[in-house]
Amino acid sequence: MFTLPVSKLNDLFAAVASTRKLYLPVDDEASGHAEYKVWHEGVTLSNALNTARSAKDFFFPQTENLVDFKMEGKTIEVIDTRTESEDFVVFGVRACDARSFDILDRVFLAEPVDSYYKNRREHGVIVTLACTRPEETCFCTVFGIDPTNPAGDVSGWIAGENLYLSANTEKGEAFLSSVSKLLAESDDEAVKAQQAEVKEILKKLPLGSLDLTPFKPENLLKLFDSKRWKDLSEACLGCGSCTFVCPTCQCYDIRDFDTGHGIKRYRCWDSCMYSDFTRMAHGNPRLTQVERFRQRFMHKLVYYPSNNEGIYSCVGCGRCLAKCPISMNIAKVIKALGEEA
Amino acid sequence: MQVKETNEFKPKIVAFCCNWCSYAGADLAGTNRLQYPADVKIIRVPCSCRVNPMFILRAFQRGADGVILCGCHPGDCHYTTGNYYTRRRMTLLFSMLDYLGIEKERTRVEWVSAAEGAKFAATMNDFVATVTKLGENKRLEDLRCKAK
Amino acid sequence: MQSEMIKRAKELLASGEVARVVGWKAGEFDYDITPGVFTTAEELDSAFLYNDLCEANLSKYMIAQSRKEGKTLVFLKPCDTYSFSQLLKEHRILRENVYVIGVPCDGKVDVDTVKATGLTGICSMTSDGETVTVKTLYGDSTMSKADAMSERCINCKSKKHVVYDELLGEEGDVVADNHRFDMVEKIEAMTPDERFEFWRNELSRCIRCNACRNVCPACSCEKCVFDNEQSGAFNKGASDSFEENMFHIIRAFHVAGRCTDCGECSRVCPQNIPLHLLNRKFIKDINELYGEYQAGENADERAPLNTFTTEDVEPSIVYERGGKQ
Repeated sequence: MFTLPVSKLNDLFAAVASTRKLYLPVDDEASGHAEYKVWHEGVTLSNALNTARSAKDFFFPQTENLVDFKMEGKTIEVIDTRTESEDFVVFGVRACDARSFDILDRVFLAEPVDSYYKNRREHGVIVTLACTRPEETCFCTVFGIDPTNPAGDVSGWIAGENLYLSANTEKGEAFLSSVSKLLAESDDEAVKAQQAEVKEILKKLPLGSLDLTPFKPENLLKLFDSKRWKDLSEACLGCGSCTFVCPTCQCYDIRDFDTGHGIKRYRCWDSCMYSDFTRMAHGNPRLTQVERFRQRFMHKLVYYPSNNEGIYSCVGCGRCLAKCPISMNIAKVIKALGEEA
Repeated sequence: MQVKETNEFKPKIVAFCCNWCSYAGADLAGTNRLQYPADVKIIRVPCSCRVNPMFILRAFQRGADGVILCGCHPGDCHYTTGNYYTRRRMTLLFSMLDYLGIEKERTRVEWVSAAEGAKFAATMNDFVATVTKLGENKRLEDLRCKAK
Repeated sequence: MQSEMIKRAKELLASGEVARVVGWKAGEFDYDITPGVFTTAEELDSAFLYNDLCEANLSKYMIAQSRKEGKTLVFLKPCDTYSFSQLLKEHRILRENVYVIGVPCDGKVDVDTVKATGLTGICSMTSDGETVTVKTLYGDSTMSKADAMSERCINCKSKKHVVYDELLGEEGDVVADNHRFDMVEKIEAMTPDERFEFWRNELSRCIRCNACRNVCPACSCEKCVFDNEQSGAFNKGASDSFEENMFHIIRAFHVAGRCTDCGECSRVCPQNIPLHLLNRKFIKDINELYGEYQAGENADERAPLNTFTTEDVEPSIVYERGGKQ
């Protein structure tokens, strides 16, 4: 384990930013939120627990151009507009978002591999930061995530006056050696003490005891046919807030944009809450908001785990709890369906 | 004849003209051989009131540097009252664009009758001059639509 | 008030006058209240809630609920009744299928406003009308209710119900001296460059989740132009600054003259974009140019964009008035 005084954080950021882009959570005055921003001299790390938008944007941006077409007469030219990706570092990712990359990897890196996503994954180094002040909306522990011991290429802790770093991957080792001049070797006493302290707080989390046992593949039909979906979804506005702030929602739509002198084929995030989601020639297979609402939670809690060795497609980051306009959320769904089971 | 190449900025102007007055006014300007810049592209609409805010915004998206809307004089609308609605609608839209910090001089409404060929030419000359001075539309542009 | 409301709702359900009740449902942390439909007395007893934290405007739900079998009882706060009345005017709600009970409101506590004071880990939040008591994972604190209210409630425009079948509690008055246009004036006084900078900073945060549109009682089109592939403006994710501007200008314009300024758009925005400042600009312009108008207040009056006078100002007035250059 390596260490660096917090007072020297700026030197670390400057050293990293001199070779590649460095993103980190920064307080945004206008919104009152923290958001990932590019570091430059004068930018300071936010103290907020988490960013309003998740970190999935780095690998799976909201909109991205896939390919251009140019037509001339009867010939169509297909132009790959991708430019060589640059290396980048994301600093300060929390344990929940770090887990979300594993969940996205299982979708985008499975055959057929999504080369756009893969490219970004290969060029990004994730430096995580352990949580010290969880929110009431946090329930990552339910999914077996330890917020005091986050994953990522490099795990980080800020304890007292020091930052502690420990590499988990080859990429992480390379990252640490690139800034080794600033780091000193250290034991993990301070980290262990902090972990013990935060674990006491975690015990008090109101959503820490959500019971996931009913959500297993065998119960698929029973859960699907539950009578609760109707009243749970009754007030749903059909907006996409929950899906767009979610670190694990990975559905997208591919569209063509006519620029007047060619076509840009782009993809953008899609939401199962929308009426045109997975629309086919005959229309949307999910006719009302009840089915659309059910799709989101069944996907996270039943379909995805059925296909991925029981891993749930939720990391308990709590963003959807904080952002839903009508305060309906996965925690309420888990409780309501659990009562029934 | 030699065509002189210049780097001078030539604005793209979209002019929505109502079928009954302003389009005829543009016609008259043409038959009277009144000069106005060729940068003005006219789109004929049945009534100025056919133009909704989306038309204006999409013209900017597609590369226009200025958008002007011409209709019959208030009181002379072929459909009796269409241009009165235009007047309220565009006043509010232009005010909103201004509120967003988008140059208000890039948008204009002008009443041009079928007999006012001279007014049509003069209006266009003036509008083109105004927009030329402002330069390229940057605040309401869609980079994807910019031709390479 | 809550027990009175539950009592009336039970009576109306029992007599068969109404088939269901639309109200607010308790959540996990006091502040995460969900709009809900209740059909039995037991449901009302277990989850129905009305307190200083019930922020949601229930009027838009009546578009769908009023098309169900039997009458629906809905509880509306004063500002919700303006939205409801506007929806009636637009023939979106079947009035004969709705039983409206007006309930008083003296401002709602907003969890985002409380969080903005720096409190984290809020597990419980209660208000006694004067003081808000907040219990967090990291200790308890209190604040005055005025400090816990969002801007829309601080600058409340009316405590009067414009439509109801029955009223619980005291009727209030229109608040004439509110300061709801102060921020609009501040923006108007900026230079165009400052204004552009201000709005770019705000609108660039938009994630196009459509929450502002879907919650808006004035946005009740069966198919939105942005969801319509044939419209030429189909847009599911803003690709660039143009599409961000376009969505927000058109959204605000389409509700101009119909927006009652209920403030739901800004409340639900996950990115805290002050969307109400776009709507209020239109309201302010309409008031100044075409005479004072409050959408939803009067069911017989024509909306300002559906009418005209021959003496209306010319659009060129925009070049002449307001703001620094």
